[in-house]
Amino acid sequence: MREEKQNKKISRRTLLGGVVAAAVVPVSTSFAKYIQIGLPVDDPTKKIGPGPGKLGKRSPFEQPFKKPSDISSRTPLQDLYSTITPSDLHFERHHAGIPNIDPQKYEMLIHGMVNRPMKFTLADLKRFPSVTRTCFLECAGNFRTGSENMTPQDILGLTSQSEWTGVMLSTIFREVGVEPKATWFLAEGSDAAVMTRSVPLSKGWDDAMIVYAQNGEAIRPEQGYPARLLLPGWEGNMNIKWLRRIEISDEPYMTREETSKYTYPVKDKIRMFSFEMDARSIITFPSFPQKVERGWIEIRGLAWTGRGRVVKVEVSTDAGRTWNDAQLQEPVLSKAHTYFRYLWQWNGLATEILSRAVDETGYTQPSLKQLADARGTASGGYHMNPVTAWQIRTDGSVLFKPENWKS
Amino acid sequence: MKAKPLLFFACLALVGLLAFTGGASQSPKKPQIQDTVKWPAKFGFGRTATAQEITAWDIDVRPDGKGLPLGQGNAAAGKAIYALKCAACHGAGGAEQPGVKLPAPVLVGDTLAKSKPKSIGNYWPYATTIFDYIRRTMPYNLPGSLTDNEVYSLTAYLLSANKIIKQETVLNAQSLPKIVMPAKRLFIIDDRKGGPEIK
Ligand code: HEC
Repeated sequence: MREEKQNKKISRRTLLGGVVAAAVVPVSTSFAKYIQIGLPVDDPTKKIGPGPGKLGKRSPFEQPFKKPSDISSRTPLQDLYSTITPSDLHFERHHAGIPNIDPQKYEMLIHGMVNRPMKFTLADLKRFPSVTRTCFLECAGNFRTGSENMTPQDILGLTSQSEWTGVMLSTIFREVGVEPKATWFLAEGSDAAVMTRSVPLSKGWDDAMIVYAQNGEAIRPEQGYPARLLLPGWEGNMNIKWLRRIEISDEPYMTREETSKYTYPVKDKIRMFSFEMDARSIITFPSFPQKVERGWIEIRGLAWTGRGRVVKVEVSTDAGRTWNDAQLQEPVLSKAHTYFRYLWQWNGLATEILSRAVDETGYTQPSLKQLADARGTASGGYHMNPVTAWQIRTDGSVLFKPENWKS
Repeated sequence: MKAKPLLFFACLALVGLLAFTGGASQSPKKPQIQDTVKWPAKFGFGRTATAQEITAWDIDVRPDGKGLPLGQGNAAAGKAIYALKCAACHGAGGAEQPGVKLPAPVLVGDTLAKSKPKSIGNYWPYATTIFDYIRRTMPYNLPGSLTDNEVYSLTAYLLSANKIIKQETVLNAQSLPKIVMPAKRLFIIDDRKGGPEIK
């Protein structure tokens, strides 16, 4: 029996080719012996691996996952080594699920204050000059706190970054001829929420895009397949996915998402139309539930702003008493996640580590107290971008530092 | 032999070009678009949309009433439709009930600015938004299934339950945009433009 099994293995090997077969035999024989006495085979130089395939997959040792709730799914920021989010780990937020859209039937309507109302198929959109740009997307409600046992994914996982490809919206505006009196446009999705947002026309002329590709391939269904609106630096909800209609107008529509949602109390008023995402940052290493050892630690994280480039990230390793400049990893792109690094020698004493971003307008990411002082304590969860801290315990454990501001 | 100086100049030109694009890409806002030939006035891709195609999709309603359809409704009719098609998720009266966790947001509260939870009475600045939102996506399990008259009636019911209109008010394309919502005066437009100030 034993002999037979071995022979079978060898003959499978010999399929690889008669010439090498002779050389393979002795190796394979001793190799088979190991298998039979049940020792783990962990020497990859002694075993031919699987051949080429149709679709790549992650190493079984790497298991990054999004974290879904009923309404959203969060990116594992702690598992990212640079600024691009793999497409299958891009955060999700949708209001009535992910529609299934046939790209052959897809059409995008643009009408309203235009010279010529037009419909474009996906193929039409792809014929226009195409532009590629890397930028982040972030949900305006991206901030959770409340427990020490929170990961970067739990705290700030509603942001991701991709390289997007599509047509500039200004190119489409030229094609239909936008009336000079127009000031706004409505963008509408073809999901069951028929999601709508009003967008100032100037953003359409500036850097808005209709994108059909993400990280080099067709955009993912969760991200708006076959085409979505991209408004670099602006709150995620406005970047209408599954885009089916644009209506050019001379006033905003005051849709539910721009009035009763995505607005927030500021003292005695309710602030609306906060489009640009404010500068912020988060240390993604070290973070909960990792453990650190005393000695050299490279603190790493992400910083971004919807108002252009991040010009500086400061890191504090003494609970906010002193701050030092971190290294910004190139490329530092406008309206894009920027990776930062800061080398630190930990002496083993308990401390807190923090980061704060400074953007090109001179805005410095505020503390939660600064935000609460400016807006009042009823401000809710939209457009909150406070500095966050990790507590380092003497045993090397890393815990989030929850802070409360709500009344 | 003659090619050499030419090549040299070509290199210089290339360096100049690189320096130029390098400088241009410093500009923080505009992504760089440059083509080998000038763009035509129109590319000629796509086609004219027909009036029927536009009507089929153009369902939005603006605060000035633009987009509101013909038809009408009132709170009494709306109350009956609500019980049938909405109460299962939003609760019997649409208001918050202590100890009950509903699968959908509270729709009825009062009109006091400081009240919680946020609802139509204290947090919605425009009545037209209620019509637009219900028509486009409610009931959640059957979006787009309501007639325009039903949507007018449901809007009337929710406005009357929130004590914003009288029970007998008839809502239509003329009366709905005239309603002034209590929360409207609270809304301010974000005027932040970056810079050092924390607001
Ligand atoms: C199957 C459950 C369900 C039914 C039935 C339902 N809704 Fe909803 N409704 C929801 C959910 C869930 C939301 C929140 C959706 C979101 O946030 O995107 C919602 C949101 C709303 C809102 C916005 C509330 C807010 O505060 O923003 C209104 C208004 C509304 N529904 C009206 C109605 C009306 C009128 C009906 C009956 C015709 C109805 N709904 C039936 C589940 C339901």
